[in-house]
Amino acid sequence: MLDLSYETPKPKVIAGAKHDWELVIGLEVHAQVASKAKLFSGASTKFGAEPNSNVAFVDAAMPGMLPVINEFCVEQAVRTGLGLKAQINLKSAFDRKNYFYPDLPQGYQISQLYHPIVGEGEVLVDMEPGIARLVRIERIHIEQDAGKSIHDMDPNMSFVDLNRTGVALMEIVSRPDIRGPEEAAAYVTKLRQILRYLGTCDGNMQNGNLRADVNVSICLPGQYEKYQETGDFSHLGTRCEIKNMNSMRFIQAAIDYEARRQIAIVEAGGTVDQETRLYDPDKGETRSMRSKEEAHDYRYFPDPDLLPLEIEQAWVDEIAASLPELPDAKKARFVTEFGLSEYDASVLTADTANASYFEEVANGTDGKLAANWVINELFGRLKKEDHSIEDSPVSPAQLAGIIKLIQKGDISGKIAKDLFEIVYTEGGDPARIVEDRGMKQVTDTGAIEAAVDEIIAANPAQVEKAKANPKLAGWFVGQVMKATGGKANPKAVNEIVAAKLGQ
Amino acid sequence: MSIDLETAARVAKLARIKVEEDALPALAGEFNTILGFIEQLNEVDVEGVEPMVSVTPMRLKRREDGVTDGNMQDKVLANAPDAREGFFAVPKVVE
Repeated sequence: MLDLSYETPKPKVIAGAKHDWELVIGLEVHAQVASKAKLFSGASTKFGAEPNSNVAFVDAAMPGMLPVINEFCVEQAVRTGLGLKAQINLKSAFDRKNYFYPDLPQGYQISQLYHPIVGEGEVLVDMEPGIARLVRIERIHIEQDAGKSIHDMDPNMSFVDLNRTGVALMEIVSRPDIRGPEEAAAYVTKLRQILRYLGTCDGNMQNGNLRADVNVSICLPGQYEKYQETGDFSHLGTRCEIKNMNSMRFIQAAIDYEARRQIAIVEAGGTVDQETRLYDPDKGETRSMRSKEEAHDYRYFPDPDLLPLEIEQAWVDEIAASLPELPDAKKARFVTEFGLSEYDASVLTADTANASYFEEVANGTDGKLAANWVINELFGRLKKEDHSIEDSPVSPAQLAGIIKLIQKGDISGKIAKDLFEIVYTEGGDPARIVEDRGMKQVTDTGAIEAAVDEIIAANPAQVEKAKANPKLAGWFVGQVMKATGGKANPKAVNEIVAAKLGQ
Repeated sequence: MSIDLETAARVAKLARIKVEEDALPALAGEFNTILGFIEQLNEVDVEGVEPMVSVTPMRLKRREDGVTDGNMQDKVLANAPDAREGFFAVPKVVE
């Protein structure tokens, strides 16, 4: 594999009234495990079901019910860990995190505080070609999701749906290695891409299947480097945690607002309180969640209903052997194997469906030409109609057919676009369409010569001008193309026109 | 470690158990007795001894990933003091 070397991006600097400030950011991403059933019960995880229908008595915390772990959820967490090049802990354990809330019928969440299943890993966050940040992962643990409370259906009541209660989540905790709002969004994007490649989380942020808590603090330039040398957090500012964000745009806006809020406090001589805050997208600001403060005393203790989770190295090795090619490796391979630019390779590997579509097209055609057609023509056309690659009316074989016709010189690039439109709207085999509709490029020099002669004969004044000013030859080329319905080989036309005009 | 009245009141509140003011001293006393016993246990030298989590050598029981439960909204809601349109209805909780 080609090692794409990269430079580290510069940290974002925000100018305060008195100093320049830098940001230090760490994220806790909650990713819903892609599984059929919940973490400790046999109820379905399907989104959008009737309220309280995907609920087993275990999820509703009926007395006497005991949790039994879903082995596949464990496998998915291990797979995620391996995908993030992380340490897998063969022995982990479950703890109870105690708090009261109507959507948590047990009165505690089963989580892994003391012994998480996955230890330290890393994510390479690409910012632009040649520039990337290596973000360290501190840990990943498995835990239960809570239910959903709906506050706007009745003026005096909150409505509770337990369908999501007990669904498996992976909490992916990063180190404070992220240095700006754009980097934070890029980190979540990259993490989401890896999870989708692995098939361990569908990454659907709108449905809440991927959400992030963001820890933000500010420091003076130079302080972060001191923290890096010593590992001592006292070189950094006090952090605030912004809870539960499910959009890249909100993550960036919330971080930016929160950093400026902290800068204003510190520059006015105040101190930042360590607290949990909520981002209000309507007002574009964060506000304190005071109600959460007291509840923060979670009184964790090992869950007596569950033995420690012990897994075998052989099983981990088996999962490791089944990992798909991951984004970084695929991107590097596209650069070396197909001669693509890093930018094009990034676009094409953004998700697996795009990447495998491209690969099918590129096998047997010119890689760069295939990349151009997939990115510019196909993606552009699909986007216009809001289609995804899965609904593409043009199959990889059809697109490869069009490109082969260009490579053979049967059609020009311009005709190819018309052909693409026909295949997109009507379907059919590109080569046959070209044959049937007489779209083939005229490379027969005799025919082109005749057309050139005709134009020259009809426009003696233009010929005189063109002889004086060779740039005007283009006009003749245009006329010939027009006369041949765009089918003449442009290169041949150029050559013949130049020769006939005596250039 | 000693539990004062304030801590006893806080523990009761976190557990959502109502304890009258005049019952707090007795509660704090009980906590202290329990913690005293634990302190006594802490005197035992367990250096190098792995914590015992089960008295029998058992492996955590696992389940396959299949939907085998659920689809019983009426039963799940049967004990709810108030349920509407398939939801548990509870006094308004707003963040």
